[in-house]
Amino acid sequence: MTDAEVRPADVVIIGAGVVGTAIARTLAGYSLDCVLADAAADVGTGTSKANTAILHTGFDAKPGSLEARLLRRGSELLRSYAAAAGIPVERTGALLVAWTPEQSAALPAIADNARRNGYHAVRPVAAAELYAREPSLGPGAVAALEIPDESIICPWTTPLAFATEAVSAGVRLLLGTSVTGVAPSGDGWHQLATTRGPLRCRWVVNAAGLGADVIDRMFGGGGGFTVRPRRGELIVFDKLARPLLSSILLPVPTARTKGVLVAPTVYGNVLLGPTAENVSDRGDLGTTAAGLRSLLDAGQRIVPRLVEEEITSSYAGLRAATEHPDYQIYADAGRRYACAGGIRSTGLSASLGIAEHVVSLLESAGLALRPRVTGLSGVFGLSGPLGVSGHSGVFGTPPVMAYIGEAGVRPYQDAGRIAADPAYGQIVCHCERVTLGEIRDAMASPLPPADLGGLRRRTRAMNGRCQGFYCAAAVSRLFASSGRADLPRAAVAVPT
Amino acid sequence: MNHTRPSGPVQVEVLVVGAGPAGLSAAAELRRLGAGPVLVADREPEPGGIPRHSWHTGYGLRDRHRLLTGPAYARALADAALAAGAEIRPGTTVTALAPAGSGIGHEVRGPLPPSIGGGGPQTPDRGGHTATMTSARGIETVHAAAVLLVTGCRERPRPARLVPGDRPTGVMTTAELQQRVYLGGERLAGRAVVVGAEHVSFSAAMTLAHSGARVVALVTEHERQQSYAAFRLGAALRWRIPVWAGCAIRRVVGRGQLAGVEVADVRTGSARFIPCQTVVFTGDWIPDHELARTAGLDMDPGTRGPAVDTMLQTSAAGVFAAGNLVHAAETADIAAVSGRHAARQIAAALDARARGRGPEPTRLPVRAEPPLRWISPNAIAARAGPPAPPLGRFVLRSWEFRRLARLQVIQDGRVLFRSRPVRLIPARPVHLGASWLSRADLAGGPVHVQLRG
Ligand SMILES: Cc1cc2nc3c(=O)[nH]c(=O)nc-3n(C[C@H](O)[C@H](O)[C@H](O)COP(=O)(O)OP(=O)(O)OC[C@H]3O[C@@H](n4cnc5c(N)ncnc54)[C@H](O)[C@@H]3O)c2cc1C
Ligand SMILES: Cc1cc2nc3c(=O)[nH]c(=O)nc-3n(C[C@H](O)[C@H](O)[C@H](O)COP(=O)(O)OP(=O)(O)OC[C@H]3O[C@@H](n4cnc5c(N)ncnc54)[C@H](O)[C@@H]3O)c2cc1C
Repeated sequence: MTDAEVRPADVVIIGAGVVGTAIARTLAGYSLDCVLADAAADVGTGTSKANTAILHTGFDAKPGSLEARLLRRGSELLRSYAAAAGIPVERTGALLVAWTPEQSAALPAIADNARRNGYHAVRPVAAAELYAREPSLGPGAVAALEIPDESIICPWTTPLAFATEAVSAGVRLLLGTSVTGVAPSGDGWHQLATTRGPLRCRWVVNAAGLGADVIDRMFGGGGGFTVRPRRGELIVFDKLARPLLSSILLPVPTARTKGVLVAPTVYGNVLLGPTAENVSDRGDLGTTAAGLRSLLDAGQRIVPRLVEEEITSSYAGLRAATEHPDYQIYADAGRRYACAGGIRSTGLSASLGIAEHVVSLLESAGLALRPRVTGLSGVFGLSGPLGVSGHSGVFGTPPVMAYIGEAGVRPYQDAGRIAADPAYGQIVCHCERVTLGEIRDAMASPLPPADLGGLRRRTRAMNGRCQGFYCAAAVSRLFASSGRADLPRAAVAVPT
Repeated sequence: MNHTRPSGPVQVEVLVVGAGPAGLSAAAELRRLGAGPVLVADREPEPGGIPRHSWHTGYGLRDRHRLLTGPAYARALADAALAAGAEIRPGTTVTALAPAGSGIGHEVRGPLPPSIGGGGPQTPDRGGHTATMTSARGIETVHAAAVLLVTGCRERPRPARLVPGDRPTGVMTTAELQQRVYLGGERLAGRAVVVGAEHVSFSAAMTLAHSGARVVALVTEHERQQSYAAFRLGAALRWRIPVWAGCAIRRVVGRGQLAGVEVADVRTGSARFIPCQTVVFTGDWIPDHELARTAGLDMDPGTRGPAVDTMLQTSAAGVFAAGNLVHAAETADIAAVSGRHAARQIAAALDARARGRGPEPTRLPVRAEPPLRWISPNAIAARAGPPAPPLGRFVLRSWEFRRLARLQVIQDGRVLFRSRPVRLIPARPVHLGASWLSRADLAGGPVHVQLRG
């Protein structure tokens, strides 16, 4: 590590998923020296990159739970943040569909649950209206509930935007840095052991996702939880399937799972999933024949024509479930430590709410928070209710991210932009219509990709129906010629 | 490069979308037949289509009557089209296609340069079609009296085949492999497995060998390989590549880098792990039909390309389709021949229109019944003395192997034709002559092609 990297910090945040990056950008609003460390070569490569990409309202959360509160708050914050930062969001709304009389009988309770969570826009929809709105829906639906504010979001741009904002506000991002232990601290400092050398800091925030229990035990295990990964497999269908639905189609949840949904994506595809299966291996992101089969069976019932379309991709994500039904968030003043663990299946939507909550816990635990004043944009402190500061509790100015959604104007469609810079007219990835200009911009961004996967998440290149048949070789060459082909750097470079 | 702004809609007689063997051959033929301006747009930086990166010999037999390597063949076709007076625009993607006067440029969003978006109604509706193109020159609108779609086909990648497991690097299709090796100069070390044992699979095996990899096996679910004997023998003798028939890839293993694949015997289910650094998914073609579908053309459920009649006209009058878009996949020379066929039909249609001759012919569907998988063309242009398909024959595919299969053509319970015994091999073409066309009732029901007995 360089001197700047090993300089003692006020706070080290472990984990640069959507939760860790949200916490980092929130802390960046204060006069603090923060480090954001992640074992991976890029931000957002854990559960944050492989989920269902829904910006939940929290209508179905357990009333009174921490999850319900932070989800409601977080989704409000993220909606306005996304609009400012250019994170693709589409307010498609959701239809929760009942297929049997029993399921239909459960709908009023679900609507009531939503109201108890402070969400009042839920509305019953009769079968005739349901089919008028979703003509491709399979036969046999009895009734539905409409949740008009359920939205779809880009899970890749979100942590990238948070991290970009944090880094531009001075947070030091240490990638390829796995935290392996903590030395006993008596002098007011923590000494973290990492795969790239020791790190000294006053406070530690644990946002390690699937590894949060391991980190928690290093700090006394006050959370008393164990991560029990629950795998969710998903299938991405071709863009030509997108006209088959207009809303997110949710099933009536069971006690065990929220069930398999069909949802549009902000990239113009259709998502089918997820499954729910407990696994023991925290790295097992493999899909299974049985899982994919069960999804196709479900898809066949929900939108029969969907399964006739081509499949673009399939993947799996691991929910950081624990033995507890709620998020595991607390602060330990004595250990100068806060934990944001057990963020199972709603962390993308709740991220900014979680961050706000964690920061207020840190403050109560004794972390001094002095608002940083940055130029004209102004940064607002925690004093007073967040959100009244005119920008929904968003500190500073969100960065403007490259827009990779389908709902807005893409560079290849933007005549003015191409006229100003012909590189935006040179399409390199044909299925996703990603231009040379966008790839070049990603390589030159404040947080450039470390590998082709990172480039995919920043531009969509190679994510389309051909999966690289046409463009992978060309995109790989472009990546290499930006001089970054040799990244990630070797993970072990321990300073003496 | 010329970065000047385009000035108003581009007017051409024929717009050809795709500069592969089919598109380039069609363009040259159109010009030879005296068509007006012919514009060939291709989204790749160079014309030529797939052969650009298929570095081995085996191209050009039926259209150029000699064997060339892919790149030499691609160059020869491009040169011929240019010499005939066609304009080729590489680096140009056609993003939308619609009948003229239907709100052209609906794909264009954001501010338009005044020369395109501004000023009054666009080209008045006088038939023809309007396409939108993106290139470094900007967003352009093209108005064409006729359009030929020749956008080719691609191999289904691993996710589309629903092969479960991890998502490591080192998993690709033949086209990606060949572009990496022949256009990018990449070397691939270590062991490789090829999925498929048809013509293109051996092409992949050759490329792997050239790149420095050792091909451990060609794995096919079918009971035997499906390439041509000469090609197969050459590959087998030169590189001693075993073909594992009746086997399927059950799982891809490797976190980050590919570690290997799990191969199972499809009958017994017994599986074993084959360590490898590269796995190439070959064949299993799907037409690149996005433009055809978004343009609203009727699609054929068998070929999954646009439905075309024996003139290679689609369901939209004036829009034609040829090459591997309508038969995925045939060899390049067959694609080229079908491009030429379409060119002749387009020239005839434009000529008829110029003479103010009557309405477009109706279409009589031709359907392949299982175990036949698809037939192309899949309709008959229903006019007196119906035009024959390219090379005077229909091309079919089968789902299954059959040794002595007899095809028969039936319409409204009436047998129009019975073939001699033919051999069916899933990845290989079966041909059906068109002599029976004259016996078809052009006002009758759909024509069915089936196996006898
Ligand atoms: C199938 C599925 C569907 C989902 N659908 C949705 C949805 O539609 N909407 C929604 O809001 N949420 C959804 N979620 C949940 C959401 O994805 C997660 O809650 C969220 O991504 C959790 O973010 P995180 O930052 O806590 O974890 P992660 O993204 O996993 O980040 C944790 C990071 O910590 C790092 N790390 C771990 N240990 C260490 C260590 N020792 N040292 C250094 N770094 C370490 C990891 O490398 C990782 O980058 C879904 C989840 C799944 C699995
Ligand atoms: C690995 C491999 C090996 C092969 N080996 C042989 C062989 O030895 N001998 C042989 O005869 N055949 C061989 N073939 C088959 C041969 O390459 C094809 O039959 C032939 O290329 C088909 O021609 P086509 O014009 O229909 O399509 P393509 O060659 O695929 O051309 C289609 C063109 O359309 C362009 N395009 C698509 N959409 C758009 C759009 N929207 N806007 C602008 N342009 C667009 C594409 O860029 C492409 O250039 C091989 C194929 C492969 C994949």
